[in-house]
Amino acid sequence: MKGREEAWVAAVVADPRYHALVAARARLGWLLSIIIFTAFAGYLLLIAFDKALLGAPIGTGVTSIGIPVGLGLILLAIALTGVYVAHANRHHDARMAAILSDHAPAQEHGA
Amino acid sequence: MKGFVAALALLFPVPAFAAALEGEAQRQPLNLVAILMFVAFVGLTLWITKAAAARTRTASDFYTAGGGISGFQNGLAMAGDYMSAASFLGISAQIFNDGYDGLIYSTGFLVGWPILLFLMAERLRNLGRYTFADVASYRFAQPPVRSFAAVSTLLVVSFYLIAQMVGAGQLIKLLFGLPYAVAVVIVGALMMLYVLFGGMRATTWVQIIKAVLLLGGASFMALMVLAQMGFSLEALFARAVEVKTEAALSSGATMAEAAERGRSIMGPGNFIKDPVSAISFGLALMLGTAGLPHILMRFFTVPDAKEARKSVLWATGWIGYFYILTFIIGFGAIVLVGTDGNYLDGEGALRGGGNMAAIHLAHAIGGNAFLGFISAVAFATILAVVAGLTLSAASAVSHDLYATVFKNGRASSADELRVSRLTTLALGALAVLLGLVFEKQNVAFMVSLAFALAASGNFPVLILSLLWSGCTTRGAAWGGTIGLLTAFVLTLLSPAVWTTTFGLGPAPFPYSSAAIFSVPAGFLSIWLISLLDRSPRAAVDRAGYTAQRVRAETGIGAFAASDH
Repeated sequence: MKGREEAWVAAVVADPRYHALVAARARLGWLLSIIIFTAFAGYLLLIAFDKALLGAPIGTGVTSIGIPVGLGLILLAIALTGVYVAHANRHHDARMAAILSDHAPAQEHGA
Repeated sequence: MKGFVAALALLFPVPAFAAALEGEAQRQPLNLVAILMFVAFVGLTLWITKAAAARTRTASDFYTAGGGISGFQNGLAMAGDYMSAASFLGISAQIFNDGYDGLIYSTGFLVGWPILLFLMAERLRNLGRYTFADVASYRFAQPPVRSFAAVSTLLVVSFYLIAQMVGAGQLIKLLFGLPYAVAVVIVGALMMLYVLFGGMRATTWVQIIKAVLLLGGASFMALMVLAQMGFSLEALFARAVEVKTEAALSSGATMAEAAERGRSIMGPGNFIKDPVSAISFGLALMLGTAGLPHILMRFFTVPDAKEARKSVLWATGWIGYFYILTFIIGFGAIVLVGTDGNYLDGEGALRGGGNMAAIHLAHAIGGNAFLGFISAVAFATILAVVAGLTLSAASAVSHDLYATVFKNGRASSADELRVSRLTTLALGALAVLLGLVFEKQNVAFMVSLAFALAASGNFPVLILSLLWSGCTTRGAAWGGTIGLLTAFVLTLLSPAVWTTTFGLGPAPFPYSSAAIFSVPAGFLSIWLISLLDRSPRAAVDRAGYTAQRVRAETGIGAFAASDH
């Protein structure tokens, strides 16, 4: 069992498709992480250095610029997780399943 | 009602009871609806616990509900684990007082979830079995890394737990008219019942039910607030500014000052005083979320990486939605509670303490019945959070320390289960005791301390062990410990603890959060110690990376859901 698994791991590592897929997935993960991190850090920096900007009203109303910015950050967090999950479900899972089954040890094929 | 009061009077020493009753007479009457609803909640959850107990036979059942929870269920349970009474009552109260500032908190609490998904969720599920230490120690020598993870889990959970117990005692005293000590004992006893007998299965369902109740109740409140404002946020904000301006005028401010003070609730105020504290605090919330042991543990309850992914999407969605509701509720409280003398004392402050804004709003919207419902939900919320915390601490002791470090991985499932249950009993007793000891203390800093510890110890260890081939046993164990210690010591030296809690004068560490120093300290120590590590073990650790990486990315050899 253990030996079979190790052979499976070795076969997958030798497959260039595996490396391409993992690199693509990591790129997406880091890209989205950087987006949310930058958005949040930018928000904090605005709060720290320019409170007045966020407190300024939109047009002639009462609602301030900070309201859509803050609520937008919440929606951005939800939207980005959605993007990641949709992308992984649609593209990554099938490609990974194909790589794994190509190299699967005989007894476990299709399991 | 009279009979119930008489029965309570028999049970508890007269002075304590009299004092509580006195407080209640002025604040909240003994709320029968709240008690009935709470009894219904407890009845339902204990019935579920009984059903779960019959299916909790192995360690896998106890720690992870056999791995058979779906992504949707797990997402709700994660939301139930994360949305504490403190965030519901605390954030709405902060908005009631300062307006916009509450939103900064909310965003900080949410942005850690996407990071958790993008960098960790699938890899956690593929490598781990019961605790996050399974993942952190995957290719390392077990005892040092497991010991670090267990100690860190116990620290994070203890501080989080103390804050929850003290909050619970005070809240329940206020809402239900029960003495503080009784409230703490009830919370401790129920949480022990859930965890002891129902393990993860019962805890999960308690969290799911609580999440549904809390989201439902908060949705209704926000809807009613918006309905009164013609479904216009602009109208809600305009009225809130008006209320705050009038309040400032009546307290003797000049016209210009009053207008400025009224307007101030629409932008960031003095909540965050300096840039360093602002960034540091944000960092602790963001990265701490991805290092909380009781949240990480939930990833092992789903069958595979795909469901783990879905869990985070659902959790992020529900939690984000909840924070938007809280924002509307806070402003609704300014408009509906802040203008009604029934909810204010002589000086214009909220009756029953600063955290009561959402509770009073529930009364203003739906009368006694809805007040009772929201009070019961707040109680249920605390139970769900403490049950999750206790379970994760019990697994750290039984799975990481007992089974892996002391028994070298040779403990039987039955032995491990027995140790878990003993630990649960001990932790429950300890939680009640600490709750009683800290009754009069200001424990507000403890939640942010828990987040700072998780961000500075667990998060760097997990990220580097998962993503950096050069990380070694020594680096992870010692570097993680340095991160933890830095966060701990700096927090002790910070104004919230040094000055506010202990009254020792000006704080040696001037910032409100340690994370901006302690998170880099954790990462740098792990990196440097690993780099300098020339031990034979380090060679094994580095050589193990490729296989670990493949298993993390593909799920080969992942622990599957158990058969039953």
